[in-house]
Order: sequence, then C-alpha cells, then structure tokens
Amino acid sequence: MSFKIVVLAKQVPDTANVTQDAMKEDGTVNRAALPVIFNPEDLHALEMALRVKDKIKDSEVILLTMGPVRANEIIREALFHGADKGYLLTDRRFAGSDTLATSYALSMAIKKLWPVNLIFTGRQAIDGDTAQVGPQTAEKLGIPQITYAEELIDVDTSSITIKRRLDRGIEIIKSTLPCLITVNHSSPRCRFRNAKLVMKYKKATSMSELQDRNEDYYDLFESKPYLKIDEWGVEDINADIKWLGLSGSPTKVKKIENVVFKAKENLVLADNDNDIDKLMKTLINSHIIG
Amino acid sequence: MENFFSDNKSLKFHLNHPLMEKIVRIKENDFSEKDQYDYAPQDVEDAIENYEKILEIIGEIAGEVIAPNAEIVDAEGPQLINNEVHYHPATQENYNALVEANVMGMTLPRKYQGLNFPILPFVMSNEIIARADASFSNIWGLQDCAETINEFASQEIKDKFLPLFSQGKTGAMALTEPDAGSDLQAVQLKATYDESSDKWYLNGVKRFITNGDADISLVLARSEEGTTDGRGLSLFLYDRRDKAVKVRRIENKMGIHGSPTCELVFKNAPALLVGQRKLGLIKYVMSLMNAARLGVAAQSVGIAEAAYREGYKYAQERFQFGKPIIQFPPVYEMLNTMKAKLDAARTLMYETARFVDIYKGLNYLSEKRPLSQNEKDDLKKYQKLAEYYTPLIKLFSSEFANQIAYDSLQIHGGSGYMKDYPIERLYRDARITNIYEGTSQLQVVAAIRGVTNNTFREMVDEYASLITHPELQDLKSILVKMTSQYDYVFTKIKDAANQETLDFHARRLVEMIGNIIISYLLLYDAQRNIEFLNSAQTYIKYSNAQNTQYAGLITSLEEDDVCSCKNIFDLN
Repeated sequence: MSFKIVVLAKQVPDTANVTQDAMKEDGTVNRAALPVIFNPEDLHALEMALRVKDKIKDSEVILLTMGPVRANEIIREALFHGADKGYLLTDRRFAGSDTLATSYALSMAIKKLWPVNLIFTGRQAIDGDTAQVGPQTAEKLGIPQITYAEELIDVDTSSITIKRRLDRGIEIIKSTLPCLITVNHSSPRCRFRNAKLVMKYKKATSMSELQDRNEDYYDLFESKPYLKIDEWGVEDINADIKWLGLSGSPTKVKKIENVVFKAKENLVLADNDNDIDKLMKTLINSHIIG
Repeated sequence: MENFFSDNKSLKFHLNHPLMEKIVRIKENDFSEKDQYDYAPQDVEDAIENYEKILEIIGEIAGEVIAPNAEIVDAEGPQLINNEVHYHPATQENYNALVEANVMGMTLPRKYQGLNFPILPFVMSNEIIARADASFSNIWGLQDCAETINEFASQEIKDKFLPLFSQGKTGAMALTEPDAGSDLQAVQLKATYDESSDKWYLNGVKRFITNGDADISLVLARSEEGTTDGRGLSLFLYDRRDKAVKVRRIENKMGIHGSPTCELVFKNAPALLVGQRKLGLIKYVMSLMNAARLGVAAQSVGIAEAAYREGYKYAQERFQFGKPIIQFPPVYEMLNTMKAKLDAARTLMYETARFVDIYKGLNYLSEKRPLSQNEKDDLKKYQKLAEYYTPLIKLFSSEFANQIAYDSLQIHGGSGYMKDYPIERLYRDARITNIYEGTSQLQVVAAIRGVTNNTFREMVDEYASLITHPELQDLKSILVKMTSQYDYVFTKIKDAANQETLDFHARRLVEMIGNIIISYLLLYDAQRNIEFLNSAQTYIKYSNAQNTQYAGLITSLEEDDVCSCKNIFDLN
C-alpha cells in the first residue's frame, strides 16, 4: 500500500451513561464501574479517513490506540467499519501519561509506521476534553495540522482540502501532505458497520487477549494473519521512558472536588438594568457563560 | 442508541431454537466454504453469532434511521416524475444505510456476493424493519425475488442478476392485473417470442404492483397464445435499464404510504424467461407467493410489536381518575391479550421459517450431493409442513396485527384517533396485511388442506410429546381436551361429506387447530424460558374459550342452516 492513513482513537468511559458508582470516595474516577465506548469524535475521524480511502486507490486505514488490553475493542470496531489494520500501544510504563506524554508515545508509534500520508483524530476525548493530543502529536512529528475539521472537500496523493468549523464561521484550508487533522463532531457520522467485515474480523485478537483465554493462537494467526492485532510496548516504538508515564507528564493534579449541585437559595432580581448587569457579571465570573 | 434487535429479547430466543443447528448445518453444507470466504462461519456457534451480529446492525439502522423517518415518509410518500417512481428522500436514506452496511442479498449464496443466511434471520430482519416502518419492509422484503431467481432461473440469469441484488438493486413481483387479482389464472399480459432476436417481449398492464418501478421485476405473463388458464402462463425477468415500462400512476392508499404501489404499462418490454415455459403460475409464482406470505407475516409481527409497545407506553403515561390507566382491568386485560397474541404470532412465524429453511436447504443441498434417505424423508416432511404452515401464519399474524393495532388505538382513546401518535399510522398500515398476498379467506382455502389431510393434527401429537415439564402439565391437559373437541367437530363435518359445509366452516376449523398448534408452541417456549409462561397461559385460556364457541356453532348449525345463509342472495 502506498498511501497510509492513520487514525488515532481512544477508548473512553461513557460519560453520557454515568451511574452513581462513577466516582470513588476519594474523588477519582472509578473506571471499572463505567461502560467504555469508542470516543465519539474519533469515530467521526475514522469516517473522514475512510472517505479518503474511498477516494485514493491503494490506500489503507490503520487504527492506532493507546490503552489497556481491553482497548482492542475499539480496534475491532474500527475494522468492522472499514479500517484495514490496528495497533495497540500497551505497556505498564505508559500508565499515568498526560497529553504531553501520550502525544510523545503516539508520535513515536507513527514514526514506526512511517511513511504516513495522513493522520486523523477526534478533536477531543469526552473524558479529558483537552483537545491537546492531536495538535501536540503534529508538533512532535513536525507536520502541518488542521483542527476542527468538518468536511473533507478534496484530497489527492499530495494535498488535502478541509472545511473547518470555527466559533464564528467556517474556513477552508488546503495543506500539503503529510498532515494531521482533528475532526469535529459536526462532520458526518461514522458509516454503519459492514456486515461482511463484522463476520470477517469479529475474532480479531491480540496476543495478550489470547493468552488470557488460554487458547491455542498459533493456528489462528497462521491461517488468518489479518486476525492478529499487533501490540506494541515501549521498546517496540523506540521510546525513552523518561518522556512517558508519570515521569513524562508535567500535568499534576492539584485537587479533585466532588461537586454536588444543590438549589440552596433563590436570587431575586429587580426589573432594572443594574440587577441584570450584576447577574451577567456573576455568571461570567463563575464561568457559567462566556 | 435505539436498537430494535437488542431491545427485544424474544428475537434472540427464537434465533437460538434447538432446530437451528440442523438448519445451519444444511445451509452451510458442513461448512464447506469456511476456508474459501473470509466471512464464512467455522461452525454452528460461529454462524449463529454471525446472524446475531448482523441483525444487531439492522436493529441499529431500524432504530436510528428508519423509525425516525417513518412519520415523514407516511405524510409525504413517494413521487411519480416523468412516469418514474422516486422514493421519498427519507426512504432512500433508509435504503442507502442498509446498502452501506452490506446486508443486502442476505440469503443468497456467497458466490453471488450474498451472506448465505438461512430464511429465518432474513424473516427476523423483516420483522425488525417493519416495526420501524411497515412500508419500508415491503421494499426490503422484496429481495426475496432473488430467492426465486436462485431457485428456478438458468445459470446465466443467476450469474448476471443475483450479484446485483447483493449490491443493493431492488426487486418487484408483477403479478396482479385489473382483472386478475385473487384469480391469477386470468392474467393477460402478453409475452411474445421473437425468433429472429431470440428474445421475449412483454405487452400489457399490471396493477397494484408493490415497488413497481424496481430495478429487477419478475413478471407473470401469458406466453402460450390461445390459452385461458394458469397453464399458459410463464415467469419473466424484466430489467429496468431497458426503459420499456411506464409507471402510469402510484396508488393513493390508506396506509404503507412509503411503499409505491404502481400501475405499470409494458410496451414491447424485452424480458428473459425464468425457468421453463408454462410453469410460471403453477410452480414459480407459488414459491414466490409463499416467500411473500412469510414476508407479510413478518411485516404483521413487526407492526404488532410496534403497536403493542405504543399501547403499553401510553397506558403507563396516561393518568385518569388519579392513576395510570394501565391499572384499570379493561386496559391491562387488553395489553395482556395483545402481548399473548404478539408472542403467538411470532412463535408460529419462526416455526414456519424453520420448516421452509430445512426443505429449501435440503433442496439446494441435493444439487451438490445425493441426499441420504433420512434427508429425503426430511425434505418431503418439511416441504409439506411449510406448504400448510405458510398460509396458517399469514392468516393468524395479519389478523392479530389488526387486532393489536385496534386495541392499542383504543387504549390511546381520542388521542389515538389524532395524527399526533404513531398508532394512527400503525393502524392504517396493519389493514393491508390480511388483504394482500392473498386475503385471509384465501389463506383458509390453502390451509384447510392441512386440516383435511391431517398434517396439522399429526403435528399436534408431536408437539404434545415435547411438553415434559411437570409444572406445565395442567396447561397441557387443557390442550388435550381442546384437541379431542377439535377431533369431534372435525369428524362431524367430515362425515357430512359435503364440500359446501366444509368450505362454510373452513375458517373455524383452521382457527381451531391453529389455536392448538400455537398454544403448544407457546408452551414449548415457556418450557425453554419461563418468561413466555404468561403468554402461554393467556393464549391457552382465551383460545380454549374461542374454540368452544366455534365448536358450539359448528355442532348447532345443521346443513339446512348453512344453506339458509344463502337467503342473503335474495335479500335487498
């Protein structure tokens, strides 16, 4: 395959279906109690990548994700929608990575896959909402980036034209390749799973998943190599552990507060400009609006 | 995320019936394609998991795309522009989603790019889609035209057209004409053979053709000049790309608005002969119709499921006299019988689908290798069962869909009569199901032979032997009594040996034995899963009362009474 498209995706807790067990008593997230899903904007990114694949002959879509072994679920999901291959970055030494360390790991993995022509990822993940990993990865790779992509206008083997969705309008940008693009939720939804691909890939598995199940994997990968999901650790991507995990993460959590909203009192406003002005200032100062 | 497969546990239950293993083995010919196609299953478990996963995709499309589109499709419908049908844009969106998901050609062999699924999961997909939008299930369901082509057409036609179905081309069966409805022997559309070009040409008019402007149509036409009956009819394939058929109008119907019902004018339309001449009606259309009847059954069960859910939801939300109306006996009784009828229709439908699967599967298998004696016996047995169960399920499911929609609307009260709730649409959509593909009255004509030749009665004994759970014996004993009552009544009519008396009571007899069969099936379901006990119990008690009423009427009516009904001829 001459034209390589990488999609960066993350398995995230389903924050829309939070139950009361979602937080532990110490205020940290109880990941075990949360159902996990394919980060929604990453599915939009996958769709845009697949649309590029539809347009460019001999191209392939590779899903790259970092996380525990369970994150293989989103690799399989991507294969069902039309991706060709998936890689899972999994290693204890990745644990605790903030956006900087994560983008370092991802950029090292992408370098391993190099030459890569296009990289797509969701604008942000619903668990952290930072929108930093995409841009930081592009910077580390030293390639152009287009953020807030809403529509793929045109693409060929040397350039891509994208419509961006911005606060006050749209912008159409053309970039040379390789290029990294972060995709907005306003772009087209991901296509449905493809029946034949579901049947083909439903047994796609990584080595550690097979070892956990104590199954004989040799035969499976021998006869159907496309069922193998590759797992990469720190050494596989030639990463330096000092830039990974907690040591590579300058972000420090100062305090976590469990906020419970309660309607304690009513604010009575008079029908005059002065009171309305006060209300607006209170709302802006408390970051409720603005 | 709405998913009309995952949110309905009964579907998974029927998909995992004990007989499925046999069906999968026959269909996959002992997994002969497992190394040839990357999407072919390795074993039975793998195959059934495939059916579930693919139905999950269809369930998602039904819940997320088709159902939300149903209201606007019903309000606006398709359009006729320059004698061509244009689906409503939302109907087109539904179809595109299914094509995108690569689920077309569900039952076709893999060599034609199909999924090689048995009939049962296809019927289930039809139920799921009908629940979302009954009108759309017509368009989806008509892919079983491909099944008829696969069964009877030449290799050349199969190679050319079957992959098109798998890629998403639509189908239609053009049978009815202005003067040939229930009586298809009267079909007049003319097929002429032109020796110089070695081609057939069609001329004439077809009416009430569902999805009439489809990409590929199967057309019943008179190929033998001078004949007047069914033996002069052959089946033809017309390719829309030949542009020789005009759609004169789209009918303005009471329901299923999204499905275009067309009047078609054939003008020297080139066509290919399917199978052999003169077998069009006698053999091929019968097969086509049986598949379509199972399709209507699935549509009926889908509508019934939607109507039941709407009624249930409304009864919980609507407060009167200080409490939700579901707490009042007349309302909860209605809901309870609705649920029992829904489970009843569904269990009989999937039983029928299994019979069709076994006999069709064995038929295809016989082309690949000689069948063993056991297999030959099975083929004969299940073909006969499919033949009689198909009209039986078409009769019961369509009548139940109407009754359930009627009761659900009743629960809605005045609000149900307004266009504000989906039940109004469901009520209209249900009304066609006991009319097209043969009215209920005609289903009785087909099913009564299963009564007179004891096919149904023999199955009752087979079912009875399956009910072994000690706690189900009380209910079973009711069924044993119902069976002797049926035997008594049937013998009485048989002994009268009068065809008119038999015809007169045919529907009652078919319903009596149908009630017993359904009751046993529900009891067997309850034996496999306790959740069906309530429906089994309800159905047995109500149908016991109904059978007693029928038996009373049959035994009290003398032959003279039957004849006196004819006085209606002379009354003004």
